[in-house]
Amino acid sequence: MLECMPEGRAEHTIGKINPVKTCQPIGAMYAALGIHGCLPHSHGSQGCCAYHRMHLTRHFRDPVLASTSSFTEGASVFGGAANLKTAIKNVFEIYNPDIIAVHTTCLSETIGDDVPTIIKQSEVPDGKVVIHANTPSYQGSHITGFSNMVKAMVTYLAERDEEVIRKKRVNIIPGFVNPSDMREIKRITAGLGIDMIMFPDTTNVLDTPLTAKYDMYPAGGATVDQIRDSGNSRLTLALGAWSSNAAGAALQEKCGVPCIPLKVPIGLKATDDLIMTLIEKFDAVVSDDLNLERGQVVDTLIDTHFHYQGKMVAIFGDPDIVVPLTEFALTMGLVPKYVITGTPGKAFEEEIGAMLEAAGIQDYIVKAEGDLFELHQWIKESPVDLLIGTSYGKYIARAEDIPLVRVGFPIIDRAVHPLMPITGYRGCLRLIEMISNAFLDRRDRDCLDEDYELVL
Amino acid sequence: MSEETMGDMLEKYPDKVLKNRKKHITIVDTNQACQQIEANTRTIPGIITQRGCAYAGCKGVVVGPIKDMVHIVHGPIGCAFYAWGTRRNKARADDNTPPDKIYSSLCVSTDMQESDIVFGGEKKLAKMIDEVVETFHPRAISICATCPVGLIGDDLGAVAKAAQERHGIQILSFNCEGYKGVSQSAGHHIANNNIMEYVIGTGPDRDPDEKYLINILGEYNIGADGWEIERILGDIGYKVNCILTGDSSILNIRKLHQANLNLVQCHRSINYIAEMMETKYGIPWLKVNFIGIEAVRRSLRELAICFGDEDLIRRTEEVIAREEARVMPVIEQYRKICEGKTAFTFVGGSRSHHYMHLLRDLGMEVVVAGYEFAHRDDYEGRQVIPSIKVDADSKNIPELHLTPDAEKFQEAHVHLNMSKEKYEDINKKVQLGYYEGMIPDMKDGEVMIDDCNHHELEKMIKVLKPDLVFAGVRDKYYVQKLGVPAKQLHSYDYSGPYAGYDGAINFARDITNAMTTPVWKLVTAPWEKQIQ
Repeated sequence: MLECMPEGRAEHTIGKINPVKTCQPIGAMYAALGIHGCLPHSHGSQGCCAYHRMHLTRHFRDPVLASTSSFTEGASVFGGAANLKTAIKNVFEIYNPDIIAVHTTCLSETIGDDVPTIIKQSEVPDGKVVIHANTPSYQGSHITGFSNMVKAMVTYLAERDEEVIRKKRVNIIPGFVNPSDMREIKRITAGLGIDMIMFPDTTNVLDTPLTAKYDMYPAGGATVDQIRDSGNSRLTLALGAWSSNAAGAALQEKCGVPCIPLKVPIGLKATDDLIMTLIEKFDAVVSDDLNLERGQVVDTLIDTHFHYQGKMVAIFGDPDIVVPLTEFALTMGLVPKYVITGTPGKAFEEEIGAMLEAAGIQDYIVKAEGDLFELHQWIKESPVDLLIGTSYGKYIARAEDIPLVRVGFPIIDRAVHPLMPITGYRGCLRLIEMISNAFLDRRDRDCLDEDYELVL
Repeated sequence: MSEETMGDMLEKYPDKVLKNRKKHITIVDTNQACQQIEANTRTIPGIITQRGCAYAGCKGVVVGPIKDMVHIVHGPIGCAFYAWGTRRNKARADDNTPPDKIYSSLCVSTDMQESDIVFGGEKKLAKMIDEVVETFHPRAISICATCPVGLIGDDLGAVAKAAQERHGIQILSFNCEGYKGVSQSAGHHIANNNIMEYVIGTGPDRDPDEKYLINILGEYNIGADGWEIERILGDIGYKVNCILTGDSSILNIRKLHQANLNLVQCHRSINYIAEMMETKYGIPWLKVNFIGIEAVRRSLRELAICFGDEDLIRRTEEVIAREEARVMPVIEQYRKICEGKTAFTFVGGSRSHHYMHLLRDLGMEVVVAGYEFAHRDDYEGRQVIPSIKVDADSKNIPELHLTPDAEKFQEAHVHLNMSKEKYEDINKKVQLGYYEGMIPDMKDGEVMIDDCNHHELEKMIKVLKPDLVFAGVRDKYYVQKLGVPAKQLHSYDYSGPYAGYDGAINFARDITNAMTTPVWKLVTAPWEKQIQ
């Protein structure tokens, strides 16, 4: 496995080898699916839409439907306006969504298609909506695309009705997380007795049941009306800076809804922060059940710390996941040695660096815009005990015989994960279980017979 | 299916769409002499199609599986990312290619940024090539273009040529921008052209003592299909010169022209090289189908007839008998469960037809079939090729016009080591250089749909209620939500091989499992049953 990799450090200053990011449009597609009755539309080549649908569907093992402008060479030269207008007409007539969310691709961006104008010139039936986001694949990452689409939801739809008193309600922009995590965040918020609008919301969109009754548009997703009404909420929580800040800031500017940026609630501290913010701003009270959940995490951490404390880990993935995940790793007593994301942003390096320094760790490498080729090089020089990240880490895991705990997007070689949270206190327990088990499985696998223990 | 039912299904379409789609749907009527179907035309914008793009056909399908080349994708990060490890073209080390020369698990991209789009990406690409050579010392490198490349005018050919001179290794460039053509098919053609022009024939010529060298063209070793076929052919006494491009090495592709005979498995993706090798070298080709026991039997027999060698013919029968004795009892068990059931097959450009045979081995009938990106000849047979009009979208895909090679061309019968009379005799029994297409294997009332879309598939499932649907990953999950088992026939749901004899058993087991997994009987909750 990976015998082709060079011995010793190789110069890798250009491009990416084994990336830890992908392109904007897939993020925009995922965000758009979080709107009820929405058909995402890919304004570009067929290949983009095909690949994005393929990848999302592999991760979620659920249908992902989207339409495409199907650019040919002609459209690439003369412009894609005709394709988009035809597409919008056909989509409403054949598939009848409530809303079409158009995102661009490197093709339509390079040729400079003016999407807002094209939309204005299109046939949009009464009561239907078309929104768009510019998501060129040669900028940022899939997280940027997600952020751009969520921001577009705000700029197109959110409204403030000055006649109406602000509702005692929170908007939650959950970030690029699994439906199970959105579900968990909603559960915690509802458990505090607080009304909320979550958008995008892919619960009951990408984690749907099989009942032999199929609806092209699943029951879930934030409705267009809800997103409109978000301008009348009292507060927005933007979870995950890269995914959600832009939309939160736009909502503040457009509708005067104050926005508090928070981490995605992975880990004890980040979950505490979410709950503290909610109870402060909404005068809520933590229920006995929630208290119990938190206490169970503390209890489990104490009970199991010797399974993993002091072990060195490498963490890679999307910044909004990696930041709180690293924080929780520190809470667990793990030692993050290499932390990378493929998404650009110096703030990532600063934030993680500060965390590690505060924990007294000095021997580490943090990198934004990194890739797995580099990570493998570092690991070959100085190994770690555990990898935490996406399925793409499995090649390094096998080559260097290091266990891999799968967290993040995409995970395409295991199932069930999109249905199980890693956020909230329940999510903490799941993370502890996966990490503890990884070390214990390793111990069972590698020890001598005389050290093979029944009780661990 | 009747025309009336078809009409109901298409009722929802706007007029323009209806007019277009009608031409792409044909209800089989065996009384009609030459039924036609429209294919390889542009997709209607807004339609939820199964198709992908030319880059996928080039890098993903044909070029990517070459294991000892580093494949650099010149473009923004996504194209390389989505083609990373997602196609199951298996590769392994062998006598010719040690493990450290295999790059199959790599994803290499120039990760074009806005500044590259504005100012051009050639310098970046050239530098990345330098670093890749320095780091991996590969035997060869491929560079595949993505959509922006053609628009901004990066000259991949020039970059490749300069880098080739700098480093002394072969560097192939492919202008397979995603917007070219109408589907993956354009990418196959572009890949075939370059491989033919720059790789095939540059290696050593055939050792005159070799008499049974064959190539398997259009076999990508998905789930180890290629290795299973190689096993069977090796047992009989053939020597597989090269599989194009499953588990292939550039060294083998260079000597592709050594073969006495070319076998073509996937007609759509590789017919171009088969034709061009016949023109340039005179090497004949035989369409085979190694999917299905009866199909394998037929292909092996036809192959043996082509060589006209008594020992080979006898050995073929021995291997067939031995293998069938081994697998038929197992197949019979599965057949009991599968008998009488119906299926849909919607795959790329060949499998929808090939698998009809394996399914018939199990007593199942494919009632609706279609291709994503095939041309009319894949449906109707190669005899219609002269009558196919090349439309505007396909006109820009270059055609290589080759002529017989001055030194290396030989007549077909010479390649097969026989007299011209004997060769002509054989050609009467086995049609070389021909593919009859899908329609001859279909029955009255069955349906062919080209470039099937979500709306049509959903409708057909509701009307015809198949027992099993074979398609890709983007259709699998909503089909299952409809209560119908769905199996991926691009990726085999990560199983395989499905070719040959071992493959038939794997396939039978997997599809039977799909139809009989116990939870299908527990779909309706007990309280829902009460309400009913």
